[in-house]
Amino acid sequence: MDLNNVVKIPIGPQHPCLKEPACFTVSLNGERLAGLDLRLGYNHRGIEKAAESRTYIQNIYLIERVCGICSHSHPSCYIQCVEQIAGLEVPARGRYLRSLIGELERVHSHLLWLGVAAYEIGFETLLMYSWRDREVVMDILAMLTGNRVNYAANVIGGANRDITEDHKKDILKAVDVLEERTKYYIEVATEEATLIARLSNVGYISLDDVKLMGTAGPTARASGLDYDVRRDDPYAAYKDIPFKVITDTHCDVYGRALVRVGELMESYKMIRHIIQNIPDGPIAVKAPRKIPAGEAISRYEAPRGEDVHYVRSNGTDKPERVRVRAPTMVNLLSVPKMLEGDNLADVPITIAAIDPCFSCTDRAIRVSDLDGGNAKVMTWNETRRFGIDWYRKNGIDFTDLNKRLAGRMR
Amino acid sequence: MKKPGKMLSEMFKNVAKAPATTSYPFTKAEMPKDFRGQIVFTSENCIGCNICVRDCPAAAICITKQGEEKIFGAYFDLDVCIYCAQCVLSCPKKALSVSPNFELAQLTRSGFRVVFPAKPKPPKVDGDKPAEGQVAPTTSA
Ligand code: SF4
Ligand code: SF4
Repeated sequence: MDLNNVVKIPIGPQHPCLKEPACFTVSLNGERLAGLDLRLGYNHRGIEKAAESRTYIQNIYLIERVCGICSHSHPSCYIQCVEQIAGLEVPARGRYLRSLIGELERVHSHLLWLGVAAYEIGFETLLMYSWRDREVVMDILAMLTGNRVNYAANVIGGANRDITEDHKKDILKAVDVLEERTKYYIEVATEEATLIARLSNVGYISLDDVKLMGTAGPTARASGLDYDVRRDDPYAAYKDIPFKVITDTHCDVYGRALVRVGELMESYKMIRHIIQNIPDGPIAVKAPRKIPAGEAISRYEAPRGEDVHYVRSNGTDKPERVRVRAPTMVNLLSVPKMLEGDNLADVPITIAAIDPCFSCTDRAIRVSDLDGGNAKVMTWNETRRFGIDWYRKNGIDFTDLNKRLAGRMR
Repeated sequence: MKKPGKMLSEMFKNVAKAPATTSYPFTKAEMPKDFRGQIVFTSENCIGCNICVRDCPAAAICITKQGEEKIFGAYFDLDVCIYCAQCVLSCPKKALSVSPNFELAQLTRSGFRVVFPAKPKPPKVDGDKPAEGQVAPTTSA
């Protein structure tokens, strides 16, 4: 490679192809990618720290807001930790209800992804239709939980709201509609020549690399990794629900699309199974406000992959530490590998194909001692001062700019 | 069989159909029955235990005591409330309930504070009009 011809282009933090801020610095040799540098941290919200100053109950709603799309996955994962520490046994009906909302969430998330992916490759017709159909499942979620997003469907010890016979009928009706539509999308995905041509051999990652990088969820399954937390470490009611783990051997973006539409079909079957077999009984057990000291880790198969939460308690009503590892964290690491040797135009769809969620991923980790213990804590004013001085040193003076702008406005 | 234009027939089918979108706000949007919209307070049921205040993740409620009597009012800050309905879940006396009212935009900041005045028994119809300063807060949310 002739290094003199390498051009570096930043994609992000603000870029039309990204839905959330992240920075991918791509090195280009002509149209071909010669390297990719990834930078996160633009969307850090301090959720883990905030969780330490809230009670276990308040944290359900805070953790729910880690992600707007996986807003059942994160609180479920967190609550599983808390239940494990407190030794609570969720009643069977509560477990079924958790799985039900979990699968409905997967349906809405995968339909959303289908639209986003179509949009990234300029296939906006598919975006419009898949998002129209997604409204069906959004309405069902709103009916069951009281909101379209942030369902608040969990309490510590079980589920929040029960379902009625009327709900069951509505869900089954909606699932029929969605199944019909998904069959059509599978037809589109397997027959539409432009779609296949655009997605095949883009973002290739082999099974070995997937294992090496710890890639999770549909992204990994599209490279042939037969692994799903729902089957391999069952939580909620998944032990009792029969389903197939969808895998594919395309290893590219096309494979990831096929896995996701395949998972949609499985989810419909699971929802039907849940509705037909949901046991009677209580939906939740009473949870104590103070959780005994201990620690727990729990896993959950979110629509994007394996979600991991860790909670440490100290016997009070507030957790001592909450750690959230969103699936995008591991999937992002595989993006540079996927893009090796691809074209610049493949960057948006390859990033979109892991179904990234940067806000969920952004966590601050302080690596001390890396700079020989020179780390220091700055107040807000110091940070501001530091920023102004840093820019001034580099020849950019905002005070001047501000004056000029003010002058122009006059 | 692989060929382009798979979605054309779908598009033509939809040309004659009515739009999937609604023309909100000209047609009213109906929320499902148990939608988690604005929280409504029933003063007659409240015993002033403050569990709702303790559990609210957004510090959006304040329960207020009227004089020396055991009657309570409440105020809500609609702009900080996240509509999680944990308060409704926590209340032991069913003094709080959800309403499907989701059109809560206000023109002024002060409009977000909704005051439910303390009501002595026997019960009257509740007034959910903002009327600031009617009751003295005893707890700060
Ligand atoms: S709905 Fe949630 S945020 Fe709003 S007042 Fe109730 S507990 Fe607080
Ligand atoms: S929890 Fe219910 S009874 Fe207790 S203060 Fe709140 S509204 Fe009143």
